[in-house]
Amino acid sequence: MKAGDFKEIVITSLIKVCGYSAIIFVGMIFVFLIKEGSPALVRVSLENFLQLRWYPIEDYFGILPLIGGSLVVTVGAAIFSIPLGLTSAVYIAEVTPRWVREILKPLVEILGGLPSVMLGFIGILVIIPALRQALNLPTGLTAFAGSLILGGMAIPTIVSVSEDALDAVPKTYREAALAMGATRWQTIWRVTLPAAKSGVLTAVMLGVGRAIGETMTVMMVTGNAAVFPTGLGSLFRPVRTMTATIAAEMGEVASGSTHYHVLFFIGIVLFLISLTVNLIAASVVFRQRKRAERILS
Amino acid sequence: MWRQAAVWFLLFTITFLSLACEPINSQESRPSIIRSIDNKGSDTIVNLALAWAESYQEIRPEVSLSVTGGGSGTGIAALINGTVDIANASRRIKSEELVEAEANGITPTEYIIARDAIAVIVNPENPVDNLTLQMISDIYSGKINNWNDVGGEDRPIIRLSRETNSGTHVYFLENVLRLGDAQSDTLFSVDTLLLPSSEGITAEIRQNPNAIGYDGLGYVTDEMKVIAVGTSLNGPFVYPSPETVNSKQYPIARDLYMYTAGEASGAIEEYIDWILSPQAQEIVNKLGFVPINP
Repeated sequence: MKAGDFKEIVITSLIKVCGYSAIIFVGMIFVFLIKEGSPALVRVSLENFLQLRWYPIEDYFGILPLIGGSLVVTVGAAIFSIPLGLTSAVYIAEVTPRWVREILKPLVEILGGLPSVMLGFIGILVIIPALRQALNLPTGLTAFAGSLILGGMAIPTIVSVSEDALDAVPKTYREAALAMGATRWQTIWRVTLPAAKSGVLTAVMLGVGRAIGETMTVMMVTGNAAVFPTGLGSLFRPVRTMTATIAAEMGEVASGSTHYHVLFFIGIVLFLISLTVNLIAASVVFRQRKRAERILS
Repeated sequence: MWRQAAVWFLLFTITFLSLACEPINSQESRPSIIRSIDNKGSDTIVNLALAWAESYQEIRPEVSLSVTGGGSGTGIAALINGTVDIANASRRIKSEELVEAEANGITPTEYIIARDAIAVIVNPENPVDNLTLQMISDIYSGKINNWNDVGGEDRPIIRLSRETNSGTHVYFLENVLRLGDAQSDTLFSVDTLLLPSSEGITAEIRQNPNAIGYDGLGYVTDEMKVIAVGTSLNGPFVYPSPETVNSKQYPIARDLYMYTAGEASGAIEEYIDWILSPQAQEIVNKLGFVPINP
């Protein structure tokens, strides 16, 4: 056996281990979550889980308000960040001259690197009072404040990733569209964006994924009142999210207690929600690709 | 060549052994003079514990103290898990925590180290000056929802509370919401905002005239208004202060605790003895808490 062969084997197997380790880690995390979270299903009755009060120190374990709270904040953040993020990406990729792009893109990426606890502080000191006065709310600590800040945090991810996708669309597509007499807007809306669809969708998923998993900022600005959201008005009332609940209470629980297992159970729910979102996105991308392939062939 | 290698090996071994032995010898000659004490728990006590640690450092520089907050429950959980020497708590240890400690082979010993009054605070713009315990209970349980009903302006009431892992939260629930009645199952209104820190509460109180909150007397600043609390509508309504707490006139006051694993001994015992001395209790006074034997 030559020395070169040996090196080759070592390197390939190392790369293989690295590749598999990601899968193994996710698998191990899931097993751990199940192991710590599943006792909650035995110890806590279903009625207890499905009631509308979360007050764990007196054994009220209604998790619906927490799920609702997370959804309200995340949907709010998505509504706010997707249009803004996509339009900025289109602007940077398609409209501005090249040298402006070289300045704008790094700036947006720096915005994405801001620590979330700092954004939370800005939220408490600036956004909360301003929101209360501007909208005449009883308090500014609302789901809306969380959505605003989380949306702001998702925008850099969405802009950066979808701009890359738009930039990767071959120049010939645009030239062909323009040659057929399409306006610039028609080119962007009908040709470039659809061609970059899977990349753009990934960008949105990453951005929204950051929003649903974000903890610190949400804990600081949403007020943490476990009220079940009942309508659009809930966006302007305090909510308690799953992430904030786990973060606020995990430090205090005695390990092995019912409360401890319930917190892990919330972790499972959170995990399943982001898994579902990712699966839906992946299947959409997959279907899209198959159709595109059919047309091209 | 082999002989040379053997000599080098021998030399190396001797050097290594002599270096490795030294720390053991020196440790034996100076038994447990250097001691570190880990102190963790209640956020209410953390500033006080830090001040104590700083002055103790001046008297006994050889003892190193580390103080962290996190909440009474966090501190007691750490004591049960054996990761700290002293747990600070703004409430008594719960019976289930005692059971868990026994299961881990630890018998927590309790020391009352200071007293604290909980101030009910509102925004300075709020015209309300006096509230009875019953009114505060009704406000927090959701029976009263407008400042109008307690003699204020027509504004919605925003209730602020610490998170459930805070000793202040549990104390407030048991002694104000439930008025000390162990049979009562009154709970905080669902829309009570649970904020993770004292700073979160004070930041909201400072800018929101709808808000009502509570916090340790040591955390009250001039930017918020303290409510005088009475036990009946006819008064007297009492402001919290060291005098009114020690004379038992102010109704929302409590003892602050330190817990050690078993009877304190050695450096920990010396530290707790010092904390109970008049010199250390002077610091209690300075930080807005109430000394134990004034």
